[in-house]
Amino acid sequence: MPVLTILIALPFVGAAIIGLLPRRRPEVVFPVAIGVSVAPLAVAIYLLAEYSLDGTTFQFFENYVLSERFGIAWELAIDGISLFMVVLTAVLFPLAIAASASVRDKLKTYMILMLVLEGAVLGVFLALDLLVFFAFFEIVLIPMYLLISMWGSDRRAYAALKFVVFTAIGSAFLLVGIIVLGILAGDAVGATSSFDWRVMLSMDISESTQMWLFAGFGIAFAIKVPLFPFHTWLPDAHTEAPTAGSVILAGVLLKMGAYGLLRFNLSLFPDASVDLAPVLAVLGVIGIIYGAAAAIVQPDIKRLVAYSSVSHMGFIILGIFAFTSQSLQGSVFQMISHGLTTGALFLLIGMIYDRTHTRAISDYGGLAKQMPVYAGIFLFSAFASAGLPGLSGFVGEFTILVGSYLTLPVLTIIAGLGVILAAVYLLWAYERVFTGPLNPKLEGLKDLSFRELAIMVPLVVLIIGLGVYPKPVMDRIQPSVEQIIDRLEGASDYQVPEFGRLTDVESVVGVGHEGGGG
Amino acid sequence: MTDLIWLVVAIPLVGAAVNLFLGKRIGEPLSGWIGFGAVAASFLIAVEPMLGFFAGDSEPSTHFLFSWIPVLGVNAELLWDPLSALLTMIVTGVGALIHLYSIGYMHGDERFPRFFSYLNLFIASMLILVLAANYAVMFVGWELVGLSSYLLISFWFTKPTAAAAGKKAFIVNRIGDWGFLVAMMLIFAAFGTFDFDIIFGTAPGVLSVTMATAITLLLFVAAAGKSAQLPLYIWLPDAMEGPTPVSALIHAATMVTAGVFMMARSAVLFELAPVSGGIVATIGAATALLAAVIAVSQRDIKRVLAYSTISQLGYMVLGVGVGAYTAGVFHLTTHAFFKALLFLGAGSVIHAMSGEQDMAKMGGLRKKMPITFFTMGAAWLAISGIFPFSGFWSKDEILAATFAQGGAWYLLWGIGIVVAVLTAFYMTRLFVLTFLGKPRWDADAHPHESPASMTIPLIVLGAFTVSFGLVNTPFRLSFEHFLEPSFHGIPHVEGLTNVLITSLASVTLVVAIAGIVVAWRRYRVDELPVEVGGWWDRALVGFGVDDLYGRWIVAPGRRASELASRADAVVLDGAAHGIATGVRSAGEALKPVQSGRVRTYAGILAVAAVALVVVTVLVGGGF
Repeated sequence: MPVLTILIALPFVGAAIIGLLPRRRPEVVFPVAIGVSVAPLAVAIYLLAEYSLDGTTFQFFENYVLSERFGIAWELAIDGISLFMVVLTAVLFPLAIAASASVRDKLKTYMILMLVLEGAVLGVFLALDLLVFFAFFEIVLIPMYLLISMWGSDRRAYAALKFVVFTAIGSAFLLVGIIVLGILAGDAVGATSSFDWRVMLSMDISESTQMWLFAGFGIAFAIKVPLFPFHTWLPDAHTEAPTAGSVILAGVLLKMGAYGLLRFNLSLFPDASVDLAPVLAVLGVIGIIYGAAAAIVQPDIKRLVAYSSVSHMGFIILGIFAFTSQSLQGSVFQMISHGLTTGALFLLIGMIYDRTHTRAISDYGGLAKQMPVYAGIFLFSAFASAGLPGLSGFVGEFTILVGSYLTLPVLTIIAGLGVILAAVYLLWAYERVFTGPLNPKLEGLKDLSFRELAIMVPLVVLIIGLGVYPKPVMDRIQPSVEQIIDRLEGASDYQVPEFGRLTDVESVVGVGHEGGGG
Repeated sequence: MTDLIWLVVAIPLVGAAVNLFLGKRIGEPLSGWIGFGAVAASFLIAVEPMLGFFAGDSEPSTHFLFSWIPVLGVNAELLWDPLSALLTMIVTGVGALIHLYSIGYMHGDERFPRFFSYLNLFIASMLILVLAANYAVMFVGWELVGLSSYLLISFWFTKPTAAAAGKKAFIVNRIGDWGFLVAMMLIFAAFGTFDFDIIFGTAPGVLSVTMATAITLLLFVAAAGKSAQLPLYIWLPDAMEGPTPVSALIHAATMVTAGVFMMARSAVLFELAPVSGGIVATIGAATALLAAVIAVSQRDIKRVLAYSTISQLGYMVLGVGVGAYTAGVFHLTTHAFFKALLFLGAGSVIHAMSGEQDMAKMGGLRKKMPITFFTMGAAWLAISGIFPFSGFWSKDEILAATFAQGGAWYLLWGIGIVVAVLTAFYMTRLFVLTFLGKPRWDADAHPHESPASMTIPLIVLGAFTVSFGLVNTPFRLSFEHFLEPSFHGIPHVEGLTNVLITSLASVTLVVAIAGIVVAWRRYRVDELPVEVGGWWDRALVGFGVDDLYGRWIVAPGRRASELASRADAVVLDGAAHGIATGVRSAGEALKPVQSGRVRTYAGILAVAAVALVVVTVLVGGGF
């Protein structure tokens, strides 16, 4: 059964179903949309359950040749990294759709766009053919652009345009890179071109060519992540987008950039990756500090969370380019965790915005008195975002930091300062919005409804679950990450430092360890 | 029973969850009893295994719970040894008493169940911290106590000062946590693990002196945050915004001693880094002195105790710094009793005075509150270092160990003696102003003794305050033998003969009595001395250190943040707009442009892309 094809197709089918709904019955659109968005989640859970832990990285392989001559194929597979990107996508979309109850205008179009977006994102994470990957990567742009420009707030036109222009320019570089690489791969297999990622892996590309290709791919992905200094589209897009748009942008779309770097840059251009790692890591660390510093003084709560994303994504970039088993696993884990915590924060901001129609921090004050449950979940999400141990954010950040120190000690020590700044911007914002005497304008606001609680509880449970027991996730990421490091070590002169892989420490230091007893 | 150690952590955690989710339905006072019961149960489970160490027929053991972060080799694993057993007893014992006390103290608060939920969360977090078998799990507890402290300081969050104090405590502690994080990075790079048994078993062979110094100094940064040492002590006085039982439990008896505990746990590493020891001891002594001086000038009864706590923590840090780990932990223990007692007593007084905290408006409470008076009296003598109360023995051990180092260490000993005088002075001032002399309360105040739920904890703590010092006298070192397995292989402080110890003890006793006498003569009068102007005013505001930080750290930090924020708009986007204008005017010459913006971003992106490529080639080529 072509389960991955089905997975990608489901949201598109769902979009078609919504398109066919009678125009006279607008009230059924919302429940039907939630219903059809749950279908991909069911498939994702099936994948999670069936994903084998025998060490095989790519599973559920599917391959249908589209063009023999140009070497294009509908080639899908899932490994430990894409598995969780798919699950994250499938979890966040139903929640984002359920959080769109306040959308009145053109609801049908809105839901169709959301589902098309979901299908395209899933395609990005599943495609192993670079041209198919690129197609999905571009399709994502269109519904997102429309969502921001049609349902966004005051400066939506500006923000949507900025988003499209930034990303499209990155895509231009990416397309050139893919075509060049495709022709090179074609030479290798005796065809006009080949866009099969696995064929490309077997090629031997000269270091200078690698540099150019790395730059082409890297710019596209760096804009998407976004990496400093390409991040200025993000605060505008996140802030102006409707709630669901912000959730998906931060939760899933940014991960496409990090995923691209992991999947393509690291394995296809190993020499260039090793050479350029310091540059990207430096930019990542600048992003950590700069994003956090900028977040502190934002007067708009949504913009504050947007800047916090710049900071958090910087950790992920640092981990990716530190090339240790720990740092890479931490980065993938942080990609999941950031999706959950930042998704939660954007959802919460949307819920209060639906009530008050303001995002200015100064319009609030003392809200914890009026909406205690809301305040509690907000504080929980804030601490999760600030990396409190026991919650998912800590596992990712901590693993990144410890792993990155092995190869990039100075940068990692500086990156650690982001942990202090995160506490500053989140707790200061919480103080101004939720504590002190109640702002009289907020009197009469209702606490979270059952629907809103039902949206938040799964996220809360996942954040705690992943924080306390990340092992099942880590165990699935591990082989895929090891494969990337094997590839780096095999194809470049890079050497993983001591303890940079999962090691049996007891045999190294030669002591008996009485753990495990009790 | 040792196998059930995980329950010691789990029970308060469940208690916290029960009161968090069902507290409203359970209501007062049952939710309080659930909270108390959870902690008492933990205490009872831990007693028997702890006694095993006293009897000398138990070995330290580790208890594997589950694999936490596999790639770092981190397991959720608990270490049960004398040191963790001792701390577990303090945390659950003093904790249970303070839960009991809170049932009376928090009576009528609309968020009564929530308070007990947070208190239980704190107990569970603190137990994770002290029972951890590796640094990563210890850090979990370390951060979670920070969280509980934040929640409890800002418990009355509608009060802006309380909310601000909670935030300040968490952020200042986070600065310390950064030190802990970096220390862990260094530890992992050196050992490939966070497990105590491997690290302490192999450290002398693995760590160079430089590395050991770096790790221990970073750990001390963390300890300075939690244990309120220079320059990170500034959060603790503000933390008094929390309800008084919180001040007693978290900001006096337990959490603030976490830094001292962590350094004692890491004794093997500190032994490898003599320079760190010197720095730690010096900062400990300096903190003790500064805080004691400030305590002398305070008028708010809780603020006196807050600065006193900082000062006493300085003693403990001094002890750890000179390598007298047992003495540091001993003072930690006795301090937990008498300082918790002092805070609870102060709470009892504040409760009786309907919230009044200014000692100038107290006086003559002796007859109105006899139990509070007598128990606090014991704590007063203990902290002042009067024979044979507990504080005398523990403080004396630290000072003797410092003296025994000789050389420049005499100076630190001298500071310790000065602090001893000041301690006796400000505590006498507090005691006399509160309980003796003529009543100075308003006519409408009706002070009364507190209910039994509040006085019973006072009496129990009072008993320990009086007697606990006797477990470790120079003549009978039970405490030291008890802790021996935890400090295995670390040499004792040398050069301490019984004659020297006795003479040094006499010196500290004499100066303590002197401090008491001076304060007694000054304050046991009908007309209180006027303490305003000059030195008094400056000390009252803690010598303006908060303002200093505000001016030199917070304000510039904020300006930097605003700069970063504006740089986005002005420099990065602004460059785009500049290019846009250029592109547009160029474009207009050729053809009217519709979408200047598109070109703007195309322009800036192209420039950025070219820049990246250039950097790429330059850096790449240079490799």
